[in-house]
This record gives sequence, structure tokens and C-alpha cells, in this order.
Amino acid sequence: MKKFQRIPGGLVAVLLGLLLWVISFTAAADWTLNLTEGVTEISREVYGMHMMVLWICVVIGIIVFGAMAWSIIHHRKSKGHAPAAFHESMKAEMLWTVVPFVILVAMAIPAAKTLIVMEDTSDAEVTVKVTGHQWKWEYEYLNEGIRFFSNLHADSREAAALHSGIHPASVDNYLLEVDKRLVLPVGKKIRFLLTASDVIHAWWIPAFAVKKDAIPGFINEMWTNIDKEGTYRGQCAELCGRDHGFMPIVVDAVSGSDYDAWVTAELAAAEAAANSADREWSMAELMERGEKVYATSCIACHQADGQGIAGVFPTLVASPVISGDIAAHIDIVLNGKAGTAMQAFGRQLSAADLASVITYERNAWGNDRGDSVQPGAIDQMMK
Amino acid sequence: MNAYATDAHHDADHHGPAPGLMRWVTTTNHKDIGTLYLWFSLIMFFIGGAMALVIRSELFQPGLQIVDPHFFNQMTTLHALVMIFGVVMPAFVGLANWMLPMMVGAPDMALPRMNNWSFWILPFGFAMMLSTLFMEGGGPAAGWTLYPPLSLQSGNALPFVIFSIHMLGVSSIMGAINIIATIMNLRAPGMTYMKMPLFVWTWFITAYLLIAVMPVLAGAVTMLLTDKFFDTSFFSAAGGGDPVMFQHIFWFFGHPEVYILILPAFGLVSEIIPTFSRKRLFGYSSMVYATASIAFLSFIVWAHHMFTVGMPLVGELFFMFTTMLIAVPTGVKVFNWVSTMWRGSLTFETPMLFALGFVVMFTVGGFSGLMLAMTPIDFQYHDTYFVVAHFHYVLVPGAIFGIIGGVYYWLPKWTGNMYDEKLGKWHFWTSTVFVNILFFPMHFVGLAGMPRRIPDYAVQFADFNQIATIGAFGFGFSQILLLIVVVKCIGGGKKATDRVWEGAEGLEWTVASPAPYHTFSPQPLVK
Repeated sequence: MKKFQRIPGGLVAVLLGLLLWVISFTAAADWTLNLTEGVTEISREVYGMHMMVLWICVVIGIIVFGAMAWSIIHHRKSKGHAPAAFHESMKAEMLWTVVPFVILVAMAIPAAKTLIVMEDTSDAEVTVKVTGHQWKWEYEYLNEGIRFFSNLHADSREAAALHSGIHPASVDNYLLEVDKRLVLPVGKKIRFLLTASDVIHAWWIPAFAVKKDAIPGFINEMWTNIDKEGTYRGQCAELCGRDHGFMPIVVDAVSGSDYDAWVTAELAAAEAAANSADREWSMAELMERGEKVYATSCIACHQADGQGIAGVFPTLVASPVISGDIAAHIDIVLNGKAGTAMQAFGRQLSAADLASVITYERNAWGNDRGDSVQPGAIDQMMK
Repeated sequence: MNAYATDAHHDADHHGPAPGLMRWVTTTNHKDIGTLYLWFSLIMFFIGGAMALVIRSELFQPGLQIVDPHFFNQMTTLHALVMIFGVVMPAFVGLANWMLPMMVGAPDMALPRMNNWSFWILPFGFAMMLSTLFMEGGGPAAGWTLYPPLSLQSGNALPFVIFSIHMLGVSSIMGAINIIATIMNLRAPGMTYMKMPLFVWTWFITAYLLIAVMPVLAGAVTMLLTDKFFDTSFFSAAGGGDPVMFQHIFWFFGHPEVYILILPAFGLVSEIIPTFSRKRLFGYSSMVYATASIAFLSFIVWAHHMFTVGMPLVGELFFMFTTMLIAVPTGVKVFNWVSTMWRGSLTFETPMLFALGFVVMFTVGGFSGLMLAMTPIDFQYHDTYFVVAHFHYVLVPGAIFGIIGGVYYWLPKWTGNMYDEKLGKWHFWTSTVFVNILFFPMHFVGLAGMPRRIPDYAVQFADFNQIATIGAFGFGFSQILLLIVVVKCIGGGKKATDRVWEGAEGLEWTVASPAPYHTFSPQPLVK
């Protein structure tokens, strides 16, 4: 009998052709195939271990698949090979129980050592509390007293809308850019405290080889020490609802002096923002700012047209909250609604942002309620 | 005249299948019920596959083109639930129903009425689960793992999914009890435990896993139900509970569940490879012990699914070590399969091709599993496409290929006709090529940093996603060949001999092809 007699004629050719096409299609592209080495000592250790295990697997694979291939080629009936009668061997069984065990022990030792270092968060110089929200990150520098939110960049959000017609390639760092980046100094041990306000999220920067869940009601710890200045990007790594894919993380790693300068500037900006509640805002001003705030903080659930998603996220067009008293509207925006994705925005946004967005919601999409609220009034309520 | 004699007389004379559709509703015959399970599983395979194609279509290019992210999440959630509970598990039970009694020389399953019930629960359970897609707010969208607090944000879908899981669990437990009772009580005289075919052994062990863990899942989802509707706080920190506790309970079910989805496939491959190698299975007893070890270890590795939740260091170390240990018995199995082939007399009919595909690609999935077991590097892989690649390698060219191999292997015994070998080979080769185009690139995007369960991604992941989508459509449409082969084989074809395959050993090959409606009464004597 011939070797490939039973394999249909054209089949092999067709499939090989297909494979070649895929390979040629892929060869032209510029892409990453492997884990990043990263920019921390830990990330390089992790990378080294990843490569070690990968090569161990490749070698074992070559041996096992090689033996299989040998039998497939040489021990076939069509070549007149008669079956041997053996069907057990204590020696062989012992060999392939003990050898893999030894290899595993050899792999486990360095892994355990690295893990012990990774879990040691003591003696940190900078501590950042990271809070996951649906769907944005909040950063709080505990010693410096800086606190801000980091949302998906407006360009990405616009392009990411269903049928937006904007090609993602035309947006810089599509889905991996934020409106305000986390700034960290290089060469210092930075400790992260992770928690969440609503559901579980996970904070991950591949270049630092750190990933940990942010869990509501609990605080997780991890640390990093960045070697190299630069911009590093990551994403939420735990399914957290509709916009799980749209809450990136961007870190600017800067020198110690740049970091100090950034801290000073942030503190000054925070003070200026606090004073914005002191004056009277015009309706036009509120509406203009409200539209922007809506686009970063509300649009993911309530949608661009305010209609929400039936059965999941309520509409804001002529809804009971909009038609009702403004006080109830302010209350739900400030304090959220328990058991739903509606968060307490009172501690996320400034008084000016809150006043603007509430005013906007009451007057956009043909709601035209005509009423508004001033930042000063919101500021009073938040005190 | 006593009742037994009446029955025996009745059986011997004219007890065939009842006519008409009611045959399938009221049947207590293990072969009929096996057939029902297998058809159900095939239908669900196409439904779950269609959901996968929605996912892959949206991921064909960056940006949102087809579905809203909320619907995308419903698809990922339901795809998993359908494939796990609606395809792989029922297919295994179907194969067990058809073959276990014949393999151990029993006249039927031990509890035939319960057998009928455990099947007929399934279509209703799934009708309930899939009906959520047509409700306001849509189906469950929190992932098949249903992690709170996210799953508690679900609308009407949550209670439906929970009750559906309860029903599927009841069905699985009844099926498992039936299998254990059959194996323990109805083996033919002389069929000692250590003479049982490996498919019987792996199912025996799997059945114990099912009975051990399905109630745990039922408990976990019931706690979700009371948290949502009855003001309990099992999983809410605000009420003194802990969301991570759900994950521990879930994965205490979930990891044995992973082996429930693969052990019977190990059994199938251990039947097929010796037949087409014309050589006895190498290391039979070590195969049995390896299966039992894997089953035991499956209870003490669960938290490797949750390395990033912030466990204490000792916890992480413990689960890393136990998880790595699983590589030992799994390795033993792979080495034994290769040794069975070694110096055999191989032929490559379709069942053998699927079994060989299983060994190679399951091992690829095993390698990535070993990588994932190592906690410090798992932090990089966790919740990325690398994980998606890993578990699809063990479940698709793993479990599914095992099942398809088993179907081709026994199809002539079931129908009395040989299937179309040429089409079968086309099915194998197209499936194998496309399944790799589909899942292999996922390793790369995962390592490059693409998280799983996202409907849209950064542009640098575009090329590999595009390739994966092409593979997905190719693989999906290749499965139509399976349907054609099966329908054609039922319709006719070259008559099968009783033994069907030259190298086949075992009781199921001693009965006629197609297997008569009642086999092995009286029972055979096994020497």
C-alpha cells in the first residue's frame, strides 16, 4: 500500500496553500510575538523564567512529538510493520515519572524565589492608591495628597463607538490613551494599594510585570521599581462590565526632579479647581462643560443620545428623574444608586463638573427642562 | 409464573423501540438515550459555535463594527456555558450511555428511568438559559464564571441562568449516579475492575468528580441568588461578606470540572490508539492510576485560577506547587500513548487521526498549562489571550477532538454502516488546520498584552486577530462535514462487520453491527 493513499488528493495541497497564504500575510506585519522584557528587575526575571519554561516545553515537545512522528512514519501497517507484543515496562514508567518531577522541582525553585520578592511590599518610597471604577481608574498619592481620575481618552472613545466610521488606526494609541496619566518617579520603590468601588477590576502594566485584582471592600498590595523613563501602557484585566475593554492605564515614568515638579504643579491646579465654585456660571457655560463631562463619565452607560440600553442602563430622555424635582436628580448623581452600575459621582467630580453635567442632562436631547444648578450650590451640599 | 419470567419472555420476543416520536420521549433504552444526548450535543455545538463566530466577527478588526459591548459580553458568557454544559458534557454522557453497558457487558444502564429523566431535563434547562437572550436587558454578561459583584448587576437573566445551572447540575448528578451504579453492579461475570476498558475507567472517575462538585456549584450560584434577591451578603464586603469567597467556591467546582471535560476524552483516545496501532495499550494500570491521581489533584489546585486576587504568599506557593505536580500524571498518559504507538502496526482511519491530533494538540495545551502554573509568570499571562489559547487548545483539539474521534470510532457499530472515510479525512484535516489558525495566534496576542473578554482592541493586535477570525470561520464551517458524514452514515453505506476495525478489542465488538436494541442479556462471560 502507498503511504498517503487514504488522504484525499487535493486536500494537502489546498491546506498547505492556505497555510502559506496566512504566513505571507503575517510576515509583512510589524508585531509582537512574545512577552515584553519590561523595565523593572522583576519583569526581566519573569521574562527570563518565561523563556526558560518555554524552551523546556519545546525540548520535551521535540522528544515526544519526534517519537510519535517516528512511529507514524516507520511503524505503519502499509510498510508491513508487524505489531510488537510489549505493553508495559516498570522501568520506563519510573523514568517518565521521576524525570519530569525533577525538572518541575528545578523550575519551581527559581519561581518561588521570585514570587517571594514580588510579594514583599515593605520599604516603599511612594504609595499610590488605585481604585477601579466602572470604567475608569482613580489614583491617589497618599503622602502627597493628590487625587484624580483617569478616563479613556476622548479620541479613542469617539472612535470606539459602534459604527463610528472613524478608523482606529487614525487615533494615536487607540484604546491605550487616557485623559490624565499616572506619573511615577523612576528608581524608587513604588507601592500600589488596589481597591475598587463597584465590581472587581485588575490593574496591569505588562512592562512592570505587575497585575493584581482591585476588589471592592478589600485592599491588595503590590510594588514596582521602574528603571527607565518612558510611557508605559496597560489595561484592566478583569471583566468588569460593558466597558471593560475601555479603561486603559497609562504611566509616565519620569526622573525624580520632574516628579517633584509635577507634584507641585498638581497641588496648585487642585487649589484653582476648588475655587471654581465661587462664582456664578452662565447656562451656556454649564451646558458646554456638561457636554464634555457627560462624554467622559456618563456616555458609556447612558449612551450619546441619552437613551441608555433598554433593560440595562435607564434612559435619561424624559425619564422620571429628569421630569421630577432637580433635588432628586442631584441626589442620584452625587450618591449613586446601590446595587447598580450608577456610581456616587459626588466624590469623583468637582462641584463645577457636577453642576454642569446635571444641567446638561436636564436640557439636552430635547429634555429642555430649563432649570440648572450652580457649582456653588453643589459645593454646599458636598460639605 | 413470576414476574421475572414474564419479563424475560416479553424481552426475547418483540421488545423493540416503540413506534413514532413517543419512542424518544418515553425511552429507557441506553442506546436511544445515548443517541438523544449526542444529537442534543451536536445541535448545541452549532449554537455555541454561532456565538463564537459573533465574537470572532466583532474581533476581526479593531473598532466596534457589529455588536454593542454589552451583547459581546453576553456572547462570551453564553458561548462558554453552552459549550461546557451543552456540548462537551452531554456528548460524553451520550457516549457513556451508548458504550458503557456494551463495554462492561451489561444489558442496559442500571437506572433506565432516571436515565430518561436526566436527558430530558437538559433541553428545558437550556431553553431557559437561552431564553434570556430575548429578554429586556439580554442574557448574562458577567462571564461564565459569574463573578460577583459584576454578576449581581445582571438584570432578569441572572435568576434564569441560576435555575438553569441547577437543572443542568441535577441532570449531571443523575447521569453520574447512573454510570457509577452501572459500573459497580452490572459488569459481566469476570469483568474485574482492572480489566475494564479505559473509557469505562475514566468515566467511572469522572462520575465521582461530578457528584463531588456539581453541588458545590449549585451552592455557589444559590448564594448569588440570595445575595441578589433576599438581602444576604455572602459576597458583598459592605455586608461583611467577601467577593473572593465566590471565586474560591466556584473554582473548587471549576477545576475538577476542567477534568470532567477531559478525562473521558483521555479514555476515548486510550481506546482508539491501541485499536489502530494493533497493539495493547501500554501501561494499562499506570493509566488508571494516573487518571485517579489527576482526579485527586484536581481538588487541591483550584486557586491557580485566581493567582491575582491577592492571596497570601504561602497560598500562592502551595497552589503553584500542586498545579505543577499535575504535569507528572498527565505526562505519564502522553508517554504511554506514544509508547502504545511505538512499534505498532499503524493505520490512519479518521478516528485514529482525531486521536493523534488530540495527543499532539492537547500536549500543546498542556505545555501552556505548565507555563500558567508558575505564579510569577502567570501574573503576566493571567486574563490575557494566552489563557484563552491555553484552554481552547485543551478543550477544542482536546476534548472535542476526543469526542469526534469516539463518534467516528463507534459510528459503524451504531448504524451498521461504514462512514465515508474520504469525507471523514477531509473533516479531520480541515478541522486541524483551521483550529490552529484559530487558536495559535492567540498565544501571541496574549503575550503581547491583549486582555481577554474585550470587544475591541488596540491596533497592534489587529493582524493576529484577523487570522484567528479566518480560522474560526474555517473551523466552524468544517464541522458541517461532521453533520454530513453522520447523516450519510445513518442513511447507508458499506455494511460494517461486527468487529468493524481490524485491531478492535472489547465486548462492544462482539455484538452485531448495528448493535441490536437489546444487547448482553444474558451477560457474557469475560475470561
